[in-house]
Amino acid sequence: MNQQELNDNLLKIKDKLIGFEQVRDNRITLTCEAENSYALNKYLFEDVPLRFVIATGIDAEHSFEVLYHYAYDQTGCMVTLKAVIRDRQNPAIESLTPFLPAAEWIEREIHDILGIDFKNHPDLRRLVLSDDWPEGVYPLRKGSPK
Amino acid sequence: MNKPVLAVGPFHPLQEEMEFYQLTVDGETVVDIDMRISYNHRGIEGVSETLQFDQVPFLVSRICGICSASHPLAYVQAVEELADVKVPERALYVRTIINELERIHSHILWAGLAGHFIGYDTVFMWAWKYREPVLDLLEEITGNRNNYGNVKVGGCREDIPDEVKPKILKEMDKLEKKMNMLIKAVLDDPVLHARLKGVGVLTKEDGIKYAITGPTARASDIAIDVRRDDPYAAYADCDWNVITQPEGDVFAKVVVRLLEVLEAVKIIRQAVKKLPGGPIAAEVKEIPPGEAVGHAEAPRGETFHYVRSDGGNRPVRHKVRAPSFVNVPSFRASCIGGDIADVTITLAAVDPCYSCTERLAVVDSHGGVLHDYESLMRLSREKTAKMVKEIGAPELKLEDF
Repeated sequence: MNQQELNDNLLKIKDKLIGFEQVRDNRITLTCEAENSYALNKYLFEDVPLRFVIATGIDAEHSFEVLYHYAYDQTGCMVTLKAVIRDRQNPAIESLTPFLPAAEWIEREIHDILGIDFKNHPDLRRLVLSDDWPEGVYPLRKGSPK
Repeated sequence: MNKPVLAVGPFHPLQEEMEFYQLTVDGETVVDIDMRISYNHRGIEGVSETLQFDQVPFLVSRICGICSASHPLAYVQAVEELADVKVPERALYVRTIINELERIHSHILWAGLAGHFIGYDTVFMWAWKYREPVLDLLEEITGNRNNYGNVKVGGCREDIPDEVKPKILKEMDKLEKKMNMLIKAVLDDPVLHARLKGVGVLTKEDGIKYAITGPTARASDIAIDVRRDDPYAAYADCDWNVITQPEGDVFAKVVVRLLEVLEAVKIIRQAVKKLPGGPIAAEVKEIPPGEAVGHAEAPRGETFHYVRSDGGNRPVRHKVRAPSFVNVPSFRASCIGGDIADVTITLAAVDPCYSCTERLAVVDSHGGVLHDYESLMRLSREKTAKMVKEIGAPELKLEDF
Protein backbone atom coordinates (compact mmCIF):
# COMPACT_ATOMS: atom_id res chain seq x y z
CA MET A 1 0.00 0.00 0.00
CA ASN A 2 1.51 3.37 -0.93
CA GLN A 3 0.77 6.65 0.85
CA GLN A 4 -2.18 7.55 -1.40
CA GLU A 5 -3.75 4.11 -0.82
CA LEU A 6 -3.22 4.53 2.91
CA ASN A 7 -4.95 7.91 2.81
CA ASP A 8 -7.87 6.36 0.93
CA ASN A 9 -8.14 3.59 3.51
CA LEU A 10 -8.22 6.14 6.29
CA LEU A 11 -10.85 8.24 4.56
CA LYS A 12 -13.15 5.19 4.54
CA ILE A 13 -13.98 5.94 8.19
CA LYS A 14 -14.52 9.65 7.59
CA ASP A 15 -18.15 9.53 8.76
CA LYS A 16 -17.04 8.51 12.27
CA LEU A 17 -14.42 11.27 12.50
CA ILE A 18 -14.75 14.88 13.60
CA GLY A 19 -11.35 15.84 12.18
CA PHE A 20 -8.77 14.76 9.58
CA GLU A 21 -5.49 16.64 9.46
CA GLN A 22 -2.44 15.91 7.32
CA VAL A 23 0.26 18.42 8.35
CA ARG A 24 2.84 16.60 6.23
CA ASP A 25 2.64 13.73 3.75
CA ASN A 26 3.56 11.25 6.45
CA ARG A 27 1.94 12.78 9.54
CA ILE A 28 -1.83 12.33 9.90
CA THR A 29 -4.10 13.12 12.86
CA LEU A 30 -7.66 11.79 12.98
CA THR A 31 -10.02 13.12 15.67
CA CYS A 32 -13.08 11.31 17.01
CA GLU A 33 -15.49 11.30 19.93
CA ALA A 34 -14.62 8.84 22.70
CA GLU A 35 -17.57 6.54 21.98
CA ASN A 36 -16.20 5.73 18.50
CA SER A 37 -12.69 5.03 19.76
CA TYR A 38 -13.03 1.23 20.09
CA ALA A 39 -14.41 0.61 16.59
CA LEU A 40 -11.96 3.03 14.95
CA ASN A 41 -8.93 1.60 16.79
CA LYS A 42 -9.98 -1.92 15.81
CA TYR A 43 -10.21 -0.80 12.19
CA LEU A 44 -6.77 0.85 12.28
CA PHE A 45 -5.05 -2.08 14.02
CA GLU A 46 -6.74 -5.04 12.31
CA ASP A 47 -8.08 -3.86 8.96
CA VAL A 48 -5.72 -1.28 7.53
CA PRO A 49 -3.53 -2.65 9.35
CA LEU A 50 -1.22 -0.26 11.17
CA ARG A 51 1.43 -0.98 13.82
CA PHE A 52 0.38 0.18 17.28
CA VAL A 53 3.01 2.33 19.01
CA ILE A 54 1.59 3.82 22.27
CA ALA A 55 -1.30 5.82 23.69
CA THR A 56 -0.89 9.29 25.25
CA GLY A 57 -3.36 10.62 27.81
CA ILE A 58 -3.75 14.41 27.98
CA ASP A 59 -5.61 16.80 30.25
CA ALA A 60 -6.81 19.27 27.63
CA GLU A 61 -8.52 21.59 30.13
CA HIS A 62 -12.03 21.49 28.64
CA SER A 63 -11.81 17.78 27.90
CA PHE A 64 -9.53 14.81 28.22
CA GLU A 65 -7.88 13.28 25.19
CA VAL A 66 -6.44 9.85 24.56
CA LEU A 67 -4.14 9.84 21.55
CA TYR A 68 -3.58 6.45 19.95
CA HIS A 69 -0.34 6.53 17.95
CA TYR A 70 0.18 4.17 15.02
CA ALA A 71 2.88 3.66 12.40
CA TYR A 72 2.64 2.55 8.80
CA ASP A 73 6.22 1.42 8.27
CA GLN A 74 6.03 0.94 4.48
CA THR A 75 5.84 4.70 3.98
CA GLY A 76 7.09 5.91 7.39
CA CYS A 77 3.70 7.47 8.07
CA MET A 78 2.65 8.14 11.67
CA VAL A 79 -1.13 8.16 12.19
CA THR A 80 -2.59 9.47 15.45
CA LEU A 81 -6.21 8.88 16.43
CA LYS A 82 -7.22 11.56 18.94
CA ALA A 83 -10.24 10.45 21.00
CA VAL A 84 -11.97 13.32 22.85
CA ILE A 85 -13.56 12.61 26.24
CA ARG A 86 -16.00 15.44 27.00
CA ASP A 87 -17.06 14.31 30.51
CA ARG A 88 -14.47 15.86 32.84
CA GLN A 89 -16.20 14.65 36.01
CA ASN A 90 -16.00 10.94 35.19
CA PRO A 91 -13.68 10.56 32.22
CA ALA A 92 -14.00 7.11 30.70
CA ILE A 93 -13.29 5.30 27.45
CA GLU A 94 -13.49 1.70 26.30
CA SER A 95 -10.41 -0.46 26.85
CA LEU A 96 -8.73 -1.90 23.75
CA THR A 97 -7.43 -4.96 25.61
CA PRO A 98 -9.97 -7.37 24.03
CA PHE A 99 -8.01 -7.21 20.77
CA LEU A 100 -4.75 -5.53 21.84
CA PRO A 101 -2.70 -7.08 24.71
CA ALA A 102 -0.24 -4.16 24.43
CA ALA A 103 -3.00 -1.88 25.72
CA GLU A 104 -3.02 -3.56 29.14
CA TRP A 105 -0.03 -1.72 30.64
CA ILE A 106 -0.57 1.37 28.52
CA GLU A 107 -4.10 1.95 29.82
CA ARG A 108 -3.06 1.15 33.40
CA GLU A 109 -0.45 3.91 33.19
CA ILE A 110 -2.89 6.50 31.83
CA HIS A 111 -5.40 5.55 34.52
CA ASP A 112 -2.72 5.88 37.19
CA ILE A 113 -1.48 9.36 36.27
CA LEU A 114 -4.63 10.94 34.82
CA GLY A 115 -7.54 9.08 36.38
CA ILE A 116 -9.25 8.12 33.12
CA ASP A 117 -11.32 4.95 33.50
CA PHE A 118 -10.90 2.21 30.89
CA LYS A 119 -14.12 0.22 30.70
CA ASN A 120 -13.74 -3.57 30.55
CA HIS A 121 -10.03 -3.46 31.37
CA PRO A 122 -9.17 -6.80 33.04
CA ASP A 123 -6.88 -5.37 35.73
CA LEU A 124 -6.77 -1.60 36.22
CA ARG A 125 -4.45 -1.49 39.25
CA ARG A 126 -1.54 0.90 39.66
CA LEU A 127 1.40 0.59 37.31
CA VAL A 128 3.81 3.46 37.87
CA LEU A 129 2.76 5.11 41.12
CA SER A 130 3.57 3.46 44.44
CA ASP A 131 0.97 1.48 46.40
CA ASP A 132 0.67 4.14 49.06
CA TRP A 133 0.11 7.00 46.58
CA PRO A 134 -3.10 8.78 47.69
CA GLU A 135 -6.35 7.98 45.88
CA GLY A 136 -7.75 10.67 43.65
CA VAL A 137 -4.46 12.51 43.14
CA TYR A 138 -3.56 12.43 39.47
CA PRO A 139 -0.09 13.89 38.85
CA LEU A 140 -0.53 14.76 35.19
CA ARG A 141 -3.79 16.67 35.57
CA LYS A 142 -3.45 20.42 35.19
CA GLY A 143 -3.43 22.03 38.61
CA SER A 144 -1.86 19.01 40.29
CA PRO A 145 1.08 20.03 42.48
CA LYS A 146 4.45 19.30 40.76
CA MET B 1 2.97 -11.40 52.48
CA ASN B 2 3.64 -9.95 55.88
CA LYS B 3 4.68 -6.31 55.76
CA PRO B 4 8.17 -5.72 57.14
CA VAL B 5 8.30 -3.96 60.53
CA LEU B 6 11.33 -1.92 59.47
CA ALA B 7 11.26 -0.32 56.03
CA VAL B 8 14.43 -1.82 54.58
CA GLY B 9 13.90 -2.52 50.88
CA PRO B 10 13.66 -2.37 47.97
CA PHE B 11 16.95 -0.52 47.48
CA HIS B 12 18.82 -1.87 50.50
CA PRO B 13 22.18 -3.23 49.33
CA LEU B 14 21.87 -6.50 51.18
CA GLN B 15 18.28 -7.26 50.37
CA GLU B 16 17.14 -8.85 47.14
CA GLU B 17 14.29 -7.01 45.49
CA MET B 18 11.05 -8.59 46.63
CA GLU B 19 8.34 -9.11 44.01
CA PHE B 20 9.49 -7.20 40.97
CA TYR B 21 8.75 -10.04 38.61
CA GLN B 22 6.71 -12.75 40.24
CA LEU B 23 6.49 -16.08 38.53
CA THR B 24 3.94 -18.69 39.49
CA VAL B 25 5.08 -22.21 38.76
CA ASP B 26 3.79 -25.74 38.45
CA GLY B 27 6.80 -27.94 39.09
CA GLU B 28 9.54 -26.57 36.84
CA THR B 29 7.17 -24.83 34.38
CA VAL B 30 6.15 -21.20 34.49
CA VAL B 31 2.36 -20.82 34.46
CA ASP B 32 1.91 -17.12 35.06
CA ILE B 33 3.87 -13.97 35.65
CA ASP B 34 3.18 -10.61 37.20
CA MET B 35 5.40 -7.56 37.01
CA ARG B 36 5.67 -4.47 39.18
CA ILE B 37 7.55 -1.47 37.91
CA SER B 38 6.73 1.40 40.21
CA TYR B 39 9.98 1.44 42.20
CA ASN B 40 11.90 3.69 39.86
CA HIS B 41 9.17 6.06 38.67
CA ARG B 42 10.65 9.56 38.49
CA GLY B 43 7.79 11.56 37.01
CA ILE B 44 9.84 12.65 34.01
CA GLU B 45 6.86 13.60 31.85
CA GLY B 46 5.64 15.85 34.67
CA VAL B 47 9.06 17.42 35.11
CA SER B 48 9.23 18.14 31.37
CA GLU B 49 6.22 20.45 31.68
CA THR B 50 8.20 22.61 34.10
CA LEU B 51 11.24 22.96 31.82
CA GLN B 52 11.84 25.04 28.76
CA PHE B 53 12.05 23.26 25.41
CA ASP B 54 15.83 23.46 25.25
CA GLN B 55 16.28 22.11 28.78
CA VAL B 56 14.34 18.92 28.15
CA PRO B 57 17.14 17.04 26.27
CA PHE B 58 19.25 17.09 29.45
CA LEU B 59 16.37 15.59 31.37
CA VAL B 60 15.49 12.82 28.95
CA SER B 61 19.05 11.72 28.31
CA ARG B 62 18.96 10.53 31.92
CA ILE B 63 16.00 8.25 31.42
CA CYS B 64 18.43 5.45 30.63
CA GLY B 65 22.20 5.28 30.72
CA ILE B 66 22.50 3.14 27.61
CA CYS B 67 19.74 4.74 25.52
CA SER B 68 21.06 8.12 26.44
CA ALA B 69 21.47 9.43 22.89
CA SER B 70 18.18 8.09 21.55
CA HIS B 71 15.72 9.77 23.88
CA PRO B 72 16.96 13.33 23.33
CA LEU B 73 17.16 12.70 19.58
CA ALA B 74 13.54 11.51 19.36
CA TYR B 75 12.45 14.50 21.45
CA VAL B 76 14.31 17.17 19.47
CA GLN B 77 13.09 15.63 16.21
CA ALA B 78 9.50 16.08 17.41
CA VAL B 79 10.14 19.73 18.34
CA GLU B 80 12.04 20.38 15.07
CA GLU B 81 9.06 19.03 13.14
CA LEU B 82 6.67 21.17 15.19
CA ALA B 83 8.71 24.30 14.57
CA ASP B 84 9.68 23.39 11.01
CA VAL B 85 13.41 23.67 11.76
CA LYS B 86 15.92 22.79 9.08
CA VAL B 87 18.76 20.96 10.83
CA PRO B 88 22.14 21.46 9.10
CA GLU B 89 23.53 18.42 7.27
CA ARG B 90 26.68 18.18 9.37
CA ALA B 91 24.56 17.88 12.51
CA LEU B 92 22.57 15.04 10.93
CA TYR B 93 25.80 13.12 10.34
CA VAL B 94 27.17 13.79 13.83
CA ARG B 95 23.88 12.56 15.29
CA THR B 96 24.17 9.38 13.22
CA ILE B 97 27.73 8.69 14.37
CA ILE B 98 26.94 9.22 18.06
CA ASN B 99 23.80 7.09 17.92
CA GLU B 100 25.52 4.20 16.16
CA LEU B 101 28.41 4.31 18.66
CA GLU B 102 25.73 4.05 21.34
CA ARG B 103 24.15 1.07 19.61
CA ILE B 104 27.52 -0.69 19.50
CA HIS B 105 28.36 -0.24 23.17
CA SER B 106 24.83 -1.14 24.24
CA HIS B 107 24.71 -4.35 22.20
CA ILE B 108 28.17 -5.41 23.36
CA LEU B 109 27.18 -4.73 26.96
CA TRP B 110 24.15 -6.92 26.41
CA ALA B 111 26.20 -9.73 24.86
CA GLY B 112 28.36 -9.76 27.96
CA LEU B 113 25.37 -9.89 30.30
CA ALA B 114 23.69 -12.64 28.32
CA GLY B 115 26.88 -14.66 28.63
CA HIS B 116 26.94 -14.00 32.37
CA PHE B 117 23.37 -15.21 32.84
CA ILE B 118 24.08 -18.57 31.31
CA GLY B 119 27.48 -19.04 32.92
CA TYR B 120 29.84 -17.90 30.13
CA ASP B 121 31.76 -15.40 32.18
CA THR B 122 34.61 -15.28 29.67
CA VAL B 123 32.18 -13.70 27.20
CA PHE B 124 31.21 -11.18 29.86
CA MET B 125 34.82 -10.15 30.55
CA TRP B 126 35.69 -10.09 26.87
CA ALA B 127 32.66 -8.08 25.79
CA TRP B 128 33.06 -5.44 28.45
CA LYS B 129 36.76 -5.11 27.60
CA TYR B 130 36.13 -4.46 23.91
CA ARG B 131 33.33 -2.05 24.71
CA GLU B 132 35.76 0.32 26.45
CA PRO B 133 37.34 1.92 23.33
CA VAL B 134 33.84 2.81 22.08
CA LEU B 135 33.10 4.60 25.34
CA ASP B 136 36.47 6.34 25.08
CA LEU B 137 35.51 7.67 21.64
CA LEU B 138 32.19 8.95 22.97
CA GLU B 139 33.98 10.63 25.83
CA GLU B 140 36.43 12.26 23.45
CA ILE B 141 33.65 13.66 21.30
CA THR B 142 31.02 14.59 23.89
CA GLY B 143 32.90 14.73 27.16
CA ASN B 144 31.04 11.81 28.70
CA ARG B 145 30.83 8.02 28.46
CA ASN B 146 27.04 8.14 28.90
CA ASN B 147 24.62 11.07 29.12
CA TYR B 148 26.22 12.83 26.18
CA GLY B 149 24.18 16.04 26.25
CA ASN B 150 25.08 16.34 22.59
CA VAL B 151 21.73 16.98 20.96
CA LYS B 152 19.71 20.19 21.03
CA VAL B 153 16.72 21.53 19.16
CA GLY B 154 18.20 22.59 15.81
CA GLY B 155 21.34 20.44 15.77
CA CYS B 156 24.20 19.33 17.98
CA ARG B 157 26.03 20.98 20.84
CA GLU B 158 29.43 19.50 20.10
CA ASP B 159 31.18 18.86 16.84
CA ILE B 160 33.47 15.99 15.88
CA PRO B 161 36.94 17.55 15.51
CA ASP B 162 38.94 16.56 12.42
CA GLU B 163 41.64 14.83 14.46
CA VAL B 164 39.08 12.44 15.96
CA LYS B 165 37.88 11.14 12.58
CA PRO B 166 40.86 8.84 11.89
CA LYS B 167 40.64 7.56 15.50
CA ILE B 168 37.04 6.55 14.93
CA LEU B 169 37.91 4.72 11.71
CA LYS B 170 40.84 2.92 13.34
CA GLU B 171 38.67 1.78 16.26
CA MET B 172 36.00 0.55 13.90
CA ASP B 173 38.58 -1.60 12.06
CA LYS B 174 39.77 -3.14 15.34
CA LEU B 175 36.26 -3.67 16.63
CA GLU B 176 35.11 -5.33 13.44
CA LYS B 177 37.86 -7.93 13.73
CA LYS B 178 36.92 -8.68 17.36
CA MET B 179 33.22 -8.86 16.58
CA ASN B 180 33.77 -11.25 13.70
CA MET B 181 35.70 -13.49 16.08
CA LEU B 182 32.93 -13.38 18.69
CA ILE B 183 30.19 -13.96 16.13
CA LYS B 184 31.95 -16.99 14.70
CA ALA B 185 32.59 -18.43 18.18
CA VAL B 186 28.94 -17.95 19.17
CA LEU B 187 27.43 -19.29 15.96
CA ASP B 188 29.68 -22.38 16.05
CA ASP B 189 29.23 -23.33 19.70
CA PRO B 190 27.00 -26.43 20.10
CA VAL B 191 26.35 -25.70 23.78
CA LEU B 192 24.96 -22.26 22.97
CA HIS B 193 22.82 -23.83 20.28
CA ALA B 194 21.45 -26.38 22.76
CA ARG B 195 21.02 -23.79 25.51
CA LEU B 196 19.40 -20.97 23.56
CA LYS B 197 17.64 -22.38 20.50
CA GLY B 198 13.92 -22.89 20.98
CA VAL B 199 14.12 -21.05 24.31
CA GLY B 200 11.85 -18.10 25.12
CA VAL B 201 10.14 -18.15 21.73
CA LEU B 202 8.03 -15.10 20.91
CA THR B 203 5.90 -15.67 17.81
CA LYS B 204 5.45 -12.98 15.17
CA GLU B 205 1.71 -12.94 15.90
CA ASP B 206 2.18 -12.36 19.63
CA GLY B 207 4.88 -9.81 18.88
CA ILE B 208 2.49 -7.71 16.82
CA LYS B 209 -0.21 -7.85 19.51
CA TYR B 210 2.27 -6.68 22.14
CA ALA B 211 3.44 -3.91 19.78
CA ILE B 212 7.07 -4.95 20.26
CA THR B 213 9.95 -3.19 18.57
CA GLY B 214 13.71 -3.32 17.99
CA PRO B 215 15.90 -6.45 17.96
CA THR B 216 13.21 -8.26 19.99
CA ALA B 217 10.82 -7.73 17.05
CA ARG B 218 13.36 -8.30 14.29
CA ALA B 219 14.30 -11.66 15.82
CA SER B 220 10.64 -12.68 15.45
CA ASP B 221 10.61 -11.83 11.75
CA ILE B 222 8.96 -8.43 12.26
CA ALA B 223 11.01 -6.38 9.81
CA ILE B 224 10.74 -2.90 11.30
CA ASP B 225 13.51 -0.37 11.88
CA VAL B 226 12.83 3.36 12.24
CA ARG B 227 16.17 4.18 10.58
CA ARG B 228 14.89 2.67 7.35
CA ASP B 229 11.12 3.10 7.66
CA ASP B 230 10.98 6.81 8.62
CA PRO B 231 14.60 7.88 8.04
CA TYR B 232 16.09 10.52 10.27
CA ALA B 233 19.59 11.94 10.81
CA ALA B 234 21.76 10.68 7.90
CA TYR B 235 20.58 7.06 7.72
CA ALA B 236 18.99 7.45 4.28
CA ASP B 237 22.41 8.49 2.93
CA CYS B 238 24.18 5.37 4.17
CA ASP B 239 24.15 1.86 2.79
CA TRP B 240 23.28 -0.74 5.45
CA ASN B 241 20.94 -3.67 6.15
CA VAL B 242 18.06 -4.28 8.54
CA ILE B 243 18.86 -7.56 10.32
CA THR B 244 16.04 -10.04 10.94
CA GLN B 245 15.79 -13.67 12.02
CA PRO B 246 12.66 -15.85 11.79
CA GLU B 247 12.88 -18.13 14.85
CA GLY B 248 11.90 -15.71 17.63
CA ASP B 249 13.98 -17.54 20.25
CA VAL B 250 16.81 -16.26 22.46
CA PHE B 251 19.44 -17.46 19.96
CA ALA B 252 17.81 -15.40 17.20
CA LYS B 253 17.94 -12.30 19.41
CA VAL B 254 21.65 -12.88 20.05
CA VAL B 255 22.33 -13.17 16.31
CA VAL B 256 20.36 -10.00 15.49
CA ARG B 257 22.22 -7.89 18.04
CA LEU B 258 25.68 -9.16 17.10
CA LEU B 259 25.07 -8.62 13.38
CA GLU B 260 23.66 -5.16 14.07
CA VAL B 261 26.99 -4.19 15.58
CA LEU B 262 28.63 -4.95 12.23
CA GLU B 263 26.00 -2.85 10.42
CA ALA B 264 26.63 -0.01 12.89
CA VAL B 265 30.35 -0.17 12.04
CA LYS B 266 29.43 0.13 8.33
CA ILE B 267 27.22 3.15 9.00
CA ILE B 268 29.83 4.91 11.12
CA ARG B 269 32.55 4.44 8.51
CA GLN B 270 30.34 5.94 5.78
CA ALA B 271 29.16 8.80 7.98
CA VAL B 272 32.71 9.73 9.04
CA LYS B 273 34.00 9.63 5.46
CA LYS B 274 31.08 11.67 4.12
CA LEU B 275 30.87 14.12 7.06
CA PRO B 276 29.98 17.40 5.35
CA GLY B 277 31.27 20.82 6.36
CA GLY B 278 29.11 23.63 7.62
CA PRO B 279 27.43 24.58 10.90
CA ILE B 280 26.31 22.02 13.44
CA ALA B 281 23.20 23.83 14.61
CA ALA B 282 20.44 26.06 13.29
CA GLU B 283 19.13 28.94 15.33
CA VAL B 284 15.69 28.31 16.77
CA LYS B 285 13.71 31.26 18.09
CA GLU B 286 10.22 30.17 19.03
CA ILE B 287 8.22 26.98 19.16
CA PRO B 288 4.75 27.71 17.70
CA PRO B 289 1.57 26.08 19.01
CA GLY B 290 0.96 22.59 17.66
CA GLU B 291 1.87 18.98 18.25
CA ALA B 292 4.30 16.53 16.71
CA VAL B 293 5.81 13.08 17.15
CA GLY B 294 9.46 12.10 16.96
CA HIS B 295 10.97 8.63 16.97
CA ALA B 296 14.39 7.05 16.76
CA GLU B 297 15.71 3.49 16.68
CA ALA B 298 17.37 3.12 20.07
CA PRO B 299 19.43 -0.02 20.75
CA ARG B 300 16.36 -1.58 22.39
CA GLY B 301 13.90 -0.51 19.71
CA GLU B 302 11.75 2.44 18.75
CA THR B 303 11.90 5.33 21.19
CA PHE B 304 8.85 7.52 20.66
CA HIS B 305 8.20 11.04 21.92
CA TYR B 306 5.07 13.18 21.50
CA VAL B 307 5.22 16.92 22.16
CA ARG B 308 2.42 19.47 22.38
CA SER B 309 3.05 23.21 22.50
CA ASP B 310 0.74 26.18 23.10
CA GLY B 311 3.25 28.70 21.78
CA GLY B 312 4.88 29.25 25.18
CA ASN B 313 8.42 28.22 26.05
CA ARG B 314 7.53 24.97 27.83
CA PRO B 315 5.92 21.81 26.48
CA VAL B 316 2.29 21.53 27.49
CA ARG B 317 2.52 17.76 27.22
CA HIS B 318 5.50 15.50 26.60
CA LYS B 319 4.84 11.80 26.28
CA VAL B 320 7.82 9.43 26.40
CA ARG B 321 7.61 5.82 25.30
CA ALA B 322 10.78 3.82 25.76
CA PRO B 323 10.98 0.59 23.75
CA SER B 324 11.17 -1.55 26.90
CA PHE B 325 7.70 -0.40 27.91
CA VAL B 326 6.19 -2.50 25.13
CA ASN B 327 8.90 -5.15 24.94
CA VAL B 328 8.94 -6.16 28.60
CA PRO B 329 5.24 -7.19 28.80
CA SER B 330 5.88 -9.56 25.88
CA PHE B 331 7.91 -11.55 28.41
CA ARG B 332 4.54 -12.95 29.36
CA ALA B 333 4.07 -14.56 25.96
CA SER B 334 7.65 -15.82 25.72
CA CYS B 335 7.94 -17.14 29.28
CA ILE B 336 4.71 -18.93 30.10
CA GLY B 337 5.09 -22.64 29.48
CA GLY B 338 8.88 -22.47 29.75
CA ASP B 339 11.37 -23.84 32.25
CA ILE B 340 12.23 -21.71 35.30
CA ALA B 341 15.92 -22.23 34.55
CA ASP B 342 15.34 -20.26 31.33
CA VAL B 343 13.58 -17.31 32.92
CA THR B 344 16.61 -15.08 33.46
CA ILE B 345 17.94 -15.53 29.93
CA THR B 346 14.46 -15.06 28.38
CA LEU B 347 14.03 -11.78 30.20
CA ALA B 348 17.57 -10.73 29.37
CA ALA B 349 16.86 -11.43 25.69
CA VAL B 350 14.29 -8.64 25.69
CA ASP B 351 17.17 -6.40 26.86
CA PRO B 352 15.53 -4.29 29.55
CA CYS B 353 17.88 -2.42 31.84
CA TYR B 354 20.04 -4.67 33.99
CA SER B 355 18.37 -3.36 37.12
CA CYS B 356 15.09 -4.82 35.84
CA THR B 357 16.48 -8.29 35.32
CA GLU B 358 17.84 -8.41 38.83
CA ARG B 359 14.41 -8.21 40.33
CA LEU B 360 13.12 -11.67 39.64
CA ALA B 361 11.46 -14.08 42.06
CA VAL B 362 9.47 -17.31 41.85
CA VAL B 363 6.57 -17.55 44.29
CA ASP B 364 4.11 -20.22 45.30
CA SER B 365 0.37 -19.65 45.33
CA HIS B 366 0.53 -18.05 48.79
CA GLY B 367 3.20 -15.56 47.77
CA GLY B 368 6.01 -17.39 49.53
CA VAL B 369 9.30 -16.97 47.71
CA LEU B 370 10.56 -20.26 46.29
CA HIS B 371 13.43 -18.94 44.23
CA ASP B 372 15.02 -15.55 44.43
CA TYR B 373 17.30 -13.97 41.84
CA GLU B 374 20.43 -15.72 43.14
CA SER B 375 18.67 -19.05 42.96
CA LEU B 376 17.35 -18.46 39.42
CA MET B 377 20.83 -17.48 38.23
CA ARG B 378 22.21 -20.66 39.77
CA LEU B 379 19.56 -22.78 38.00
CA SER B 380 20.36 -21.11 34.69
CA ARG B 381 24.12 -21.65 34.99
CA GLU B 382 23.67 -25.25 36.20
CA LYS B 383 21.55 -26.01 33.16
CA THR B 384 24.36 -24.79 30.90
CA ALA B 385 26.99 -26.77 32.84
CA LYS B 386 24.91 -29.91 32.43
CA MET B 387 24.75 -29.36 28.67
CA VAL B 388 28.51 -28.80 28.49
CA LYS B 389 28.98 -32.18 30.18
CA GLU B 390 26.47 -33.98 27.94
CA ILE B 391 27.63 -32.48 24.66
CA GLY B 392 31.27 -32.76 25.66
CA ALA B 393 32.20 -29.50 23.93
CA PRO B 394 35.01 -27.28 25.21
CA GLU B 395 33.93 -23.95 26.62
CA LEU B 396 34.16 -20.93 24.31
CA LYS B 397 37.82 -20.09 23.80
CA LEU B 398 38.28 -16.43 22.97
CA GLU B 399 41.81 -15.38 21.97
CA ASP B 400 43.56 -12.31 23.11
CA PHE B 401 41.87 -11.92 26.44
